[in-house]
Amino acid sequence: MFQLSEEGLQKVQTELKRYESRQSAVIPALYIAQKENGGHVTSEVIDHLSQVMDIPVSRINEVFKFYTMFNQKNVGKYHVQICNNISCVLNGSRELTQHILESFHCKLNDMTLDGKLTVSSVECLGACGMAPMMQINEDYHENLTPEKAVEILKGLK
Amino acid sequence: MKEVQLLTEHYSKPEYRTLKGYQQWGGYETLKKALKMPPQQIIDEVKNSGLRGRGGAGFPTGMKWGFLPKNGEPRFLLCNGDEGEPGTFKDRIIFEQAPHQLIEGMIISGFAIGSKKGYIYIRGEYKKPAAIIEAALGEAYEVGLLGKNILGTGIDFDLDVYWGAGAYICGEETGMISSLEGDKGQPKLKPPFPAVQGYLKKPTIVNNVETLAAVVPIIRDGATAYRQFGTEKSPGTKLFSLSGNVNKPGNYEVSLGTPLKDLIYDFGGGIKGDRQLKAVIPGGSSAPVLTADEVLKANLDYESLAGLGTMLGSGAVIVIDDSQCMVDLLGVLTHFYSHESCGQCTPCREGTGWLNKIVHSILEGRGRLQDIELLEKVAHQMKGKTICALSDAAALPVISFITKFRDEFEFYVREGRSKVKGISHAKMHH
Repeated sequence: MFQLSEEGLQKVQTELKRYESRQSAVIPALYIAQKENGGHVTSEVIDHLSQVMDIPVSRINEVFKFYTMFNQKNVGKYHVQICNNISCVLNGSRELTQHILESFHCKLNDMTLDGKLTVSSVECLGACGMAPMMQINEDYHENLTPEKAVEILKGLK
Repeated sequence: MKEVQLLTEHYSKPEYRTLKGYQQWGGYETLKKALKMPPQQIIDEVKNSGLRGRGGAGFPTGMKWGFLPKNGEPRFLLCNGDEGEPGTFKDRIIFEQAPHQLIEGMIISGFAIGSKKGYIYIRGEYKKPAAIIEAALGEAYEVGLLGKNILGTGIDFDLDVYWGAGAYICGEETGMISSLEGDKGQPKLKPPFPAVQGYLKKPTIVNNVETLAAVVPIIRDGATAYRQFGTEKSPGTKLFSLSGNVNKPGNYEVSLGTPLKDLIYDFGGGIKGDRQLKAVIPGGSSAPVLTADEVLKANLDYESLAGLGTMLGSGAVIVIDDSQCMVDLLGVLTHFYSHESCGQCTPCREGTGWLNKIVHSILEGRGRLQDIELLEKVAHQMKGKTICALSDAAALPVISFITKFRDEFEFYVREGRSKVKGISHAKMHH
């Protein structure tokens, strides 16, 4: 059974008091719980949040399903998100994506066997002038070439 | 050609993002001036400056503020930092390089409209920009620039950050309000407009990051000084995010009314490699595309671009060279809009999906000539029929791409491959 840590619980309680309405704490709470659950959210996580926040499961679930930053399935230790919107495509992001997938023998959105990488193709991340780019977990890597990107990924522990 | 730096004069200085550095260059002096002015005078100054919303819609800011009820009901000031319009990365530099300018602009604006509470809604992926803003908020609270009794004036204003979680639609102001309320980011039917019934049904003003930052130079120098830049109907300066096939992509602050070609060839250093200009999307991916000939006639202001059937939008200028296939690029855009439709209104939910399927059937070599007409028909039926503008934003690129580059679409259908690249793009679209 998923349970928030003592610290996570504290954080959720703080969020519940932070805004004018308790419902506003759902998005921050999902972030907190996703992190503690190793990078994705399950129905157990939602049930637990519903209990500790006293907000119906359905209300949390619809929010969880709406936003792309909440993962519905497990992702690798490093979630690599490559922007493939227009400015990045104009600067070779698809070739970069292909090169990464081939180098690590993986498919989009499928975690590598060692659990290290999940490579996703995503929409505009606001780095259009520094295209192509990828986001590894929380960090942006910009002005990439296919070779540079693979080198960065190979350097991950 | 020179940049006009009303906003960005000090952005290149690393210390500008700290309170001390910001104050060293005159930071928060405008706030002190503003807190001595009657609030209505600040609103009038913003009205007279002609400042228009810098997020995309270009609605006059002072007029928006004027829609608030006159009585003393609690009201909120929300900063829209959900920057997500493809091609746009300008609010990010304000967060990263001038967080205190945004905060100063928000305190002044909050005081002007009688708000005691504001939020900065920032897109979830902007972790580093958010951390910089949060650090700046901490500094401002510490010295009494935020909170109760600001600088001993008896005026209160609290400011907090709220993180989005990955949804383009939250850049739409009522979608953003839904998200801040802890719901799916689905837009709300207007009227009532947020100024009357917004966040938690209270009067609410939603302004873009750049709009709120621009309040600082307007109040500092006055509306007349601001109007020395730009055109009659598009006064002042604006940040333009230049991207695509150019030598020097980046953010440039220029006077509104500057020729589009100057941005591309002078600031941007022209087209990359030995390529020629083919097309430009002048205001973010939702803006109808311009041909190379039209680019020569276009100025970067609201009226010039409207006259060419497109829009200034968020100021994201996407440059496309002659090696690019327009059918392929339209496939990128239709995929984006079908992914980002919130699903609330049928014409948008179904329409964006169908546009994407039809364009991709062409890209996969399964297109029929009547599919081109079908695309146009579906796109026209999506316009003006939904709660928010996403449906129109998805339709406009389709119509403009086909109208202006019809030969490329017809070639692709007939030959099953790109007229420009000679290949099929079937495998390139994820």
